[in-house]
Amino acid sequence: MSDTTYTSTADESEDIQSDPYRTSEGDTVYNVQGNDWDTVLAPPEGEKDRLIVNMGPQHPSTHGVLRLIVELDGEAVESVRAAIGYLHTGIEKNMEYRTWTQGSTFVTRMDYVAGLHNELVYALGVEKLLGIEDQITDRANVIRVMMSELSRISSHMVAIATGGMELGALTGMTIGFRDREFVLDLFESITGVRMNHAYIRPGGISHDLPKGIEKDIVAAIKILRERASDVHNLLVDNAIWLGRTQGVGYLDLAGCMALGITGPILRSTGLPWDLRKADPYCGFENYEFDIPTATTCDVYGRFLIRLAEIEQSINIVEQCLDKLEPGPVFIEDKKIAWPARLTIGPDGQGNSPEHIKEIMGTSMEALIHHFKLVTEGFQVPQGQVYAAVESAKGELGMHLVSDGGTRPYRAHMRDPSFTNLQSIAAMTEGGLLSDVVAAISSIDPVMGGVDR
Amino acid sequence: MSDETTPESEPVVPEAAVELPVMDISAPPEVVEHRLGQFGVHGSPDVSGYGGLVTTVVLPGASERPYGGYFDEVADDLQAALGADFNDAIEKIVVDRGQLTIHVKREHLVSVCQALRDDPMLRFEMSLGCSGVHWPGDAGRELHVVYHLRSLTHNRFVTLETTCPDSDPHVPSATSVYPTNDWHEREAFDFFGVIFDGHPYLTRIQMPDDWPGHPQRKDYPLGGIPVEYKGAVTPPPDERRWYS
Repeated sequence: MSDTTYTSTADESEDIQSDPYRTSEGDTVYNVQGNDWDTVLAPPEGEKDRLIVNMGPQHPSTHGVLRLIVELDGEAVESVRAAIGYLHTGIEKNMEYRTWTQGSTFVTRMDYVAGLHNELVYALGVEKLLGIEDQITDRANVIRVMMSELSRISSHMVAIATGGMELGALTGMTIGFRDREFVLDLFESITGVRMNHAYIRPGGISHDLPKGIEKDIVAAIKILRERASDVHNLLVDNAIWLGRTQGVGYLDLAGCMALGITGPILRSTGLPWDLRKADPYCGFENYEFDIPTATTCDVYGRFLIRLAEIEQSINIVEQCLDKLEPGPVFIEDKKIAWPARLTIGPDGQGNSPEHIKEIMGTSMEALIHHFKLVTEGFQVPQGQVYAAVESAKGELGMHLVSDGGTRPYRAHMRDPSFTNLQSIAAMTEGGLLSDVVAAISSIDPVMGGVDR
Repeated sequence: MSDETTPESEPVVPEAAVELPVMDISAPPEVVEHRLGQFGVHGSPDVSGYGGLVTTVVLPGASERPYGGYFDEVADDLQAALGADFNDAIEKIVVDRGQLTIHVKREHLVSVCQALRDDPMLRFEMSLGCSGVHWPGDAGRELHVVYHLRSLTHNRFVTLETTCPDSDPHVPSATSVYPTNDWHEREAFDFFGVIFDGHPYLTRIQMPDDWPGHPQRKDYPLGGIPVEYKGAVTPPPDERRWYS
């Protein structure tokens, strides 16, 4: 069914990749990989001399392996181009060679600072493909909401902490990482690990909350509430902080729309857009919370939004504790549900002794079932879906394609960091070099998510 | 809110008097692959005795009206916005798993995007980027490019899909309508080799500039080495036995 009516506007006789120093439109490409400095350093006809600085990929203030190619006139930024890909690990390609269940382990490593959001959106996508959204148990949904909000708290604390460090407020960093530790301790108690959990799986969650964890969560919430004033006292009215962040990194609503920006950056323009309200998932419509906004479109507004969102997330976690009812945490359907139950034994986490006893001692069918489901995986009907959640950074989308097999045919994560990072040029060109640092910290890109 | 996202004070009502051409976009399910065997085993011989069975992998064909929800409204509004071009531009409209996918012929992609963004009744002002899919068995339509669009004004979501053959991997760039697709299209070019005509800087984005090939195409191997542990050898992931 080849269509012959379309004629490409590109010249067929010319291979667009034949000249690495020319784009498809004929403009110059600055690779700056060696031996091409002459092309960069010589000022074009009629233009003044300029300085091109490579900021990163190994730079303490670029939030990971981000490289910015900054063109400077004195301290004024003439142009900024972001070069990414230094942390590309081929997660999407790798997922095509593992079962649907194993995918959780891969996606959690994309945006590793808020990995539970990745697991959640992946699980929602697979469940949509299977058509089993309605069969997810209430308890699983409440735990999913709780974990995703704890993840948001932890991610925003990292954003504020690293942002503080990059702007010279080192105490902001110690406060942020100190408080995030309480959330990570909860994660360790609940999932077994501090990061890279693979806790939220297609069909439910991998295992139930440990006994008595509610007490720990209440205690952590209390401490987080008490200590929230620390960041407030340190930064909110701090003259230096205001000077570095107010009116910096400006991006208005029209810019956000054009560049596909979501999350705190979009909400700093005054638009209360949040998928938890606009397109609720996991029962978010049953929780009471506000969407903090600012109207300043700048770094300071985004900072205030993150602070306010931490408070809102704490409120949601509290509501989750009230909603937690005993019940199953995995789907009933035995053709999808993971057969084994995990417990913690003397030698660490593993399959429960009762389950081992059942499959090895009493039921041959249960053994076969376990073996088939674990090695082969379950099949997902053909088709494609797009699932989305509001992650700490914005709209986190999952495009999943199945060919009817036991592995994803194609898995693509629409990571908000990737899209939001595009706005760096619009935010910083025409400003000062030091404002570039403030703008990056307000975008809060996590390179694991950007490069995948 | 800025002018760009707010509908005009007097919304343009599509003229009901103009007789629109009948929507004619029926299309059968798309066969993308034929497989042998009942149990879909790969990587080791099929000894089940059912190795000769042929199963087909199909993608859904055009859906029947009514689509349900706001999907009918979107289809009608798009038809009104595109006018006579509609039957030419739209291959099929698929409603699957509660999502609306509009399959567009590639030469009309930009005009359809423009209509979806600018028509006050549609107003899909935010693009969520694009994603490529490689179906080597889908003759003449091997490369699919999928765009996800969201309307914040109406709180709606729609998927656009277009295809191009491996032999002529050109698709017009949507960056003129949705600038956010800049990096997304570079990624699709990097991973699938789709050339987006009219893209301002279509260079690789994730892979190094001198990388040969496009890694997420199905004919590009995953790579990997066997791993030995205490005498047992595990083959690399793409050489292990698997089931489809």
